[in-house]
Amino acid sequence: MGPASSSLKEKHHGVLIAGVQLCTDLCKASTDALEYLRKNCTEGLVRILRDVSNSPYAPEYDVAGITDPFLHIRVLRLMRMLGQGDADSSEYMNDILAQVATKTESNKNAGNAILYECVETIMGIEASSGLRVLAINILGRFLSNRDNNIRYVALHMLMKAVTVDFQAVQRHRTTILECVKDSDASIRKRALELVFLLVNDTNVKSLTKELIDYLEVSDQEFKGDLTAKICSIVEKFSQEKLWYIDQMFKVLSLAGNYVKDDVWHALIVMISNAPDLQGYSVRSLYKAFQTSNEQETLVRVTVWCIGEYGEMLVNNVGVLEMEEPMTVTESDAVDAVEVALKCNSSDITTRAMSLVALLKLSSRFPPTSERIREIVMQHKGNVELELQQRSIEFNSIIQRHRNIKSSLVERMPVLDESAFIGKRVGSSQATLSADKSSRPTSGSPGASLKLPNGVAKPPPAPLVDLLDLSSDDVPASTSSTTDFLHDLLGGDLMSPSSSAPSGGGAGTDILMDLLSIGSPSAPTDVSVPNIISSNQGNAGELETAPASVMDFLDGLPSNSSLPGDKDPIYPSITAFESSTLKISFSFTKQPGKPQDTVIQATFTNLSSNTYTDFIFQAAVPKFIQLHLDPASSSTLPASGNGTIMQTLSVTNSQQGQKPLAMRIRMVYRVNNEDKTEQGQINNFPPGL
Amino acid sequence: MIHFVVLISRQGKVRLTKWYSPYSQKERTKVIRELSGMILARGPKLCNFVEWKGYKVVYRRYASLYFCMCIDADDNELEILEIIHHFVEILDRYFGSVCELDLIFNFHKAYYILDEILIAGELQEPSKKTVARLIAAQDALVETAKEQASSISNMIAQATK
Repeated sequence: MGPASSSLKEKHHGVLIAGVQLCTDLCKASTDALEYLRKNCTEGLVRILRDVSNSPYAPEYDVAGITDPFLHIRVLRLMRMLGQGDADSSEYMNDILAQVATKTESNKNAGNAILYECVETIMGIEASSGLRVLAINILGRFLSNRDNNIRYVALHMLMKAVTVDFQAVQRHRTTILECVKDSDASIRKRALELVFLLVNDTNVKSLTKELIDYLEVSDQEFKGDLTAKICSIVEKFSQEKLWYIDQMFKVLSLAGNYVKDDVWHALIVMISNAPDLQGYSVRSLYKAFQTSNEQETLVRVTVWCIGEYGEMLVNNVGVLEMEEPMTVTESDAVDAVEVALKCNSSDITTRAMSLVALLKLSSRFPPTSERIREIVMQHKGNVELELQQRSIEFNSIIQRHRNIKSSLVERMPVLDESAFIGKRVGSSQATLSADKSSRPTSGSPGASLKLPNGVAKPPPAPLVDLLDLSSDDVPASTSSTTDFLHDLLGGDLMSPSSSAPSGGGAGTDILMDLLSIGSPSAPTDVSVPNIISSNQGNAGELETAPASVMDFLDGLPSNSSLPGDKDPIYPSITAFESSTLKISFSFTKQPGKPQDTVIQATFTNLSSNTYTDFIFQAAVPKFIQLHLDPASSSTLPASGNGTIMQTLSVTNSQQGQKPLAMRIRMVYRVNNEDKTEQGQINNFPPGL
Repeated sequence: MIHFVVLISRQGKVRLTKWYSPYSQKERTKVIRELSGMILARGPKLCNFVEWKGYKVVYRRYASLYFCMCIDADDNELEILEIIHHFVEILDRYFGSVCELDLIFNFHKAYYILDEILIAGELQEPSKKTVARLIAAQDALVETAKEQASSISNMIAQATK
């Protein structure tokens, strides 16, 4: 440290500059050095600065009338490091800083460089308030300088000054706003960031207005940044929903294409949470849509609102005082959605949302139902699978299922705003789920459609697959754990049954059976229309049913932990016996695979009638996997004259801890009528 | 600290590069390509600072040559403008009304001068006179060495070795 500090006493400027630079880096590297220099060298530094700033004309070091500006700047920087956080040394430096700040000429770049460094030093140390005011004034002067460099530097400095003295920076707000509209890209960016820092509750409205006005005329690269900033300002500082919605609509109509997905999702959540503003929203959106329908996100939000609140639009519900009167007929509303659908620049999401909106409208405006059906049918052969699927489904809903249609497309329950915002702050998975929660009617028909496709495969598909399938689907789309999505999925599961005819007759029967086995009080008649209406209640239970079935099964006897013996020999059991049917199971285990068991099921007919179309189904708890092989035959001769054999393979992932349990169901035809029997098997040998 | 100095012509040809931070060969070409694209595309009235990858690049156009220096985000940009001007003035004083052609034909001298002014990314010598004196001394050394090598006595000594 000695040599370093002694280098500060040199006369030669080159050595002096190098010495100052060395000391600066030493201070950055170690706090001891900082302390040492602070104690010993502060006066020396001040003296150097005073000498060099008062020195007469020295031709060797002169740059534009100032002697050695480089030395000035380096010394100022070192002084900043020493004075940071230390009141004594800062006080010592006050005078010289004031002198430099006032004396230096600022018509040349060298002078401005010194002033800039000086201002930075004043901001960095514990300066007196007079000095601070001086610094802010210099910055203000810089801001109004015509030179772009100076303005850039001033904006940069002001960002740091905001933390120090907020009020002073506010005074320059108008100049800063001017800079946002500057032709220079770097200045624009700086100014926008600074404006963002300056926003508070009092000035947010005027600032936002200015920014939105500028949004109209800004160029493409800048629009994205600007939009994002405006949206975040509006969201953070919105006190009233009306203002928020207004601003967002303006932004959407001007720069909808740059608005990010989670922003317009938040907007939809907000609208659904503000029932008194819904009429106003849908009317404003309708007006905006007429003028600027090339903004994709605007189209989406409009289409969604028209679908949801169509009748408010037509019947002028909830008109606020400032609105002009507007008459929109039902067919106008349908026209608007149709335009969105047909427009060439719409992408899949927009068209999909338009289809859903049309479905909703067909229920809200019954006279237009036929026209809507025709529009929807036009997409029957669309290249996009999603649109084709929706078109066909909705067409069949409109045509055949009038009675359930209105309940299908009822007003969506209010989306939970706080939960939505909380999730949004989280990972992108959260935005995915919020995406689904904000569009459940568009998402769930697609999601639940997987069910019949999975089930309509081989008829003796194990029941457990369906239950697993549905329970897998449910968490995927309800990772947001909001209850309303459960209801919606439950309600929408009817649509798979309406498209089940495309899956084949046997598939439909299986589906009905499988769906009704979910609830304990399942109806035993299998006619299709009844199932559709009763499944509305049952399917809603389907989601909870797997859980309850599993719980039920878990609460089976032998809940004490098993000794877990590895005895491979298990007695066969009579699994089920009724007056008409007997089932016995025999078990084999493969050595080395204690969790797998192969069960041989034997079915015997105890009545005097022959059973035909015999189908056996089984359900197991979640920790068990079941696989059913095809049965040997589907005809069971009477009075035990013959038997059906079927092999089941079971894998118990908690073998040794939890016993096997199974719920079974048999469906067969006897005397030209269908009969069903079901039961539960509790008497599995332990250790399986 | 200054991370690198690059001189680019108006057509995008690189006339001088000096690196004060570790950059691999590939990185260097990449950096130069990016920077040339960015800086040559800027209009005349815009400000001389460009933000790039967390660093600031300060550039100034002298005739057909762009002098670019890359600095840390917390450095004083106006000072770097001064340093660039300092460098150009010394070149001017040495070459006498320097133009790009001088730098093309005497690039080694340009490097010597730059090394006198900047060391390890910081300014070393703020005085133009000192630098001029040093470069003159070096030139004198070069002259004497040349003379010695071409003197008759040396040629004879070489031939008879």
